[in-house]
Amino acid sequence: MKKEGKIQVWQDYQKEIADDHYFYVRSCIRQNFFPGSEQTFLKILRKELNKDIYENPHHTSCSGIGYHSDIVPFDTIQTIIARQFALMTEAGYKNLAVSCITSFGIYNEIIETWREFPSELEKVRNYLKKATGREFDIPQNVSHASDIVYKFREDIADRKKFSLVNHCTGMPLKIVEHIGCHYSKMFPCKGVGGAEFPNVLAGMIESWGGEVIDYPERRHCCGFGFRQYLIMSNRGYSVSNSRKKFESMEPYQPDAIVSNCPGCPMFLDRWQYVIQEMENKTYGQNGQGIPVLTYEELAGLVLGYNPWDMGMQMHQTNLEPLLDKMGIQYDPDLKYTRKDGKMIGNPMMVGCGW
Amino acid sequence: MKHIVIIGSGIAGIETASALTDAGHWVTVIEKDVHVGGKLNNWTYLFPDFTPAEEITKPLFSKFQEKDFSFLPNTEIKTVIRNNKKFSIETSGNQQLEADAIVLATGYELFDARRKEEYGYKIYDHVITSFDLEQLFKPEGKLTVAFGKHPKRIAFVHCVGSRDEKSGNHYCSKVCCITGVKQAIELKKRLPEAEIFCFYIDLRMYDKHFEELYRQAQEKYDIQFIRGRLSEASENIDKSLLIKAEDTLSGRPLKMNVDMLVLLVGMEAGEGTTNAARTCGVSCEESGFLKTQDSFLKSNFSDQEGIFLAGSCSAPMSVHDTILHARSAAQEVNDWLRK
Repeated sequence: MKKEGKIQVWQDYQKEIADDHYFYVRSCIRQNFFPGSEQTFLKILRKELNKDIYENPHHTSCSGIGYHSDIVPFDTIQTIIARQFALMTEAGYKNLAVSCITSFGIYNEIIETWREFPSELEKVRNYLKKATGREFDIPQNVSHASDIVYKFREDIADRKKFSLVNHCTGMPLKIVEHIGCHYSKMFPCKGVGGAEFPNVLAGMIESWGGEVIDYPERRHCCGFGFRQYLIMSNRGYSVSNSRKKFESMEPYQPDAIVSNCPGCPMFLDRWQYVIQEMENKTYGQNGQGIPVLTYEELAGLVLGYNPWDMGMQMHQTNLEPLLDKMGIQYDPDLKYTRKDGKMIGNPMMVGCGW
Repeated sequence: MKHIVIIGSGIAGIETASALTDAGHWVTVIEKDVHVGGKLNNWTYLFPDFTPAEEITKPLFSKFQEKDFSFLPNTEIKTVIRNNKKFSIETSGNQQLEADAIVLATGYELFDARRKEEYGYKIYDHVITSFDLEQLFKPEGKLTVAFGKHPKRIAFVHCVGSRDEKSGNHYCSKVCCITGVKQAIELKKRLPEAEIFCFYIDLRMYDKHFEELYRQAQEKYDIQFIRGRLSEASENIDKSLLIKAEDTLSGRPLKMNVDMLVLLVGMEAGEGTTNAARTCGVSCEESGFLKTQDSFLKSNFSDQEGIFLAGSCSAPMSVHDTILHARSAAQEVNDWLRK
């Protein structure tokens, strides 16, 4: 593998990422799957980087999952997106920061549609005006939240409390990066590093001391794939996709997986537990699973945030092997306690790797 | 005596220059590189009969040495201005030339396989192009992969950078199919134990002996042809390559490990041709190759009177077709000058 070849590709796919004053739109599912991630992102931007990021509680789901499941018509989703833009315009912002990969794809797809077919834009302006009385501007910059963390990865590195380095051996931790399909496969030019060798997560990993694992099934779907999971009878496809990835990455002995999508870390995390239950097979070292993190969680750990404050007890593949390698001190007894010290209750099903 | 300036000293340029010199004209050949011969210098064997490329380049060099034409190496044209029936040409070396006619023989460039990012050229260790493989066929070349071993399983991908929406080249490069067949046989001769697979869209065996060679590849050399375009390649931990494709005859996805992947890269007009077109005010096709007045009777005529085209600057061509096109260009220039 030649790094210089990848660097050449990365140079071909550099995008403009706004450096301040963001209007933040949340994911509808990430808050359930990884509840502390978005809050960690806001904390990093506001407290660590002193950036202005605003969110309006009246913004809604982008309805992307419904759209990709053929439930939400295109006119409807265009109007929903127009309303999000109207909220941004009313708040005086021009830079959209998107939490979700599906939404990021939707925003880009609709903006490109309007660019190609101005009549669609006029139609949607009319729909929104009639329905809500609102008007909107198209954002000047659309960045995924991972783009923003990538942009400030060296600033985060400057403030780091822990590195992605095995504190016992001094060796870089080996990290698998997984990009959500709709981040750059739809529009390669809108992703940092393009679609085939994306650099958005790889750049963070390397800046924070880790080593990126490139394994044969790196580009393969995580197993979400909308219809693979949303239709219950297809869920066998979902787990078999994830399994294919685990089998492929296993020889590289990764210490963690990081992703920038709502669905990918969910499935790569939960299906490890399922595979252990089904086949008594784990993919990490010493019978453990491979911890799966969002990039905000990874940044939070690097900055020394308490993993339990970031909601990482919600992971079904236990995180502790990674914390141990990074040399992060934690109290196992506090894993399932609330801020006020009361227990939230131990999970009925024990996570992968215990 | 009429003066003709030829831009490019590949096989088309030298062949045209030679014929025009024989016809009694004064010829100047401008070449941006040091040497004559162009891309053919990099080739080892030629399809369809494995003629050593030297057998073509040697007579070419002899013509270059024997014929009395001027040669300006390391030179490009800066400006071309038409003055009545003549052209005033300024070169990058600030020479001023007066010409009665110009022949563009700027040739082609090979498609840069890095643009097909999904195949990992220049990233994965054992993904090479047909050009690279040809260098390995030279006496000093080594046909080895990881740990110095010979590759046991090799795949060829046809139409890399040709007939491809993603790379922006909709045209067929014509020579890649037969190049793939020729190189696969050449590999099999050197590595008889190796399994060789060719992934193709369809095989265009249009010229004399091509179809016979394709049949021989299957029957005599046991080379397997799979109809399907590769979707992606990835590198395994042992440096072998995982490739994915769809076998469109059986309608099934296919995944296999190979030790070496050869990308059969197509032809593009290239920077030299684009620059020459701009400087001379000659039109290009949508493909980037130079526009001919028609496809039948005036395939050597550009849309500018007095500026002629020879060889693969006007379309992808084999060595054989290039030589014929160059000779016809010389004939057309000669006829036009005598009018």
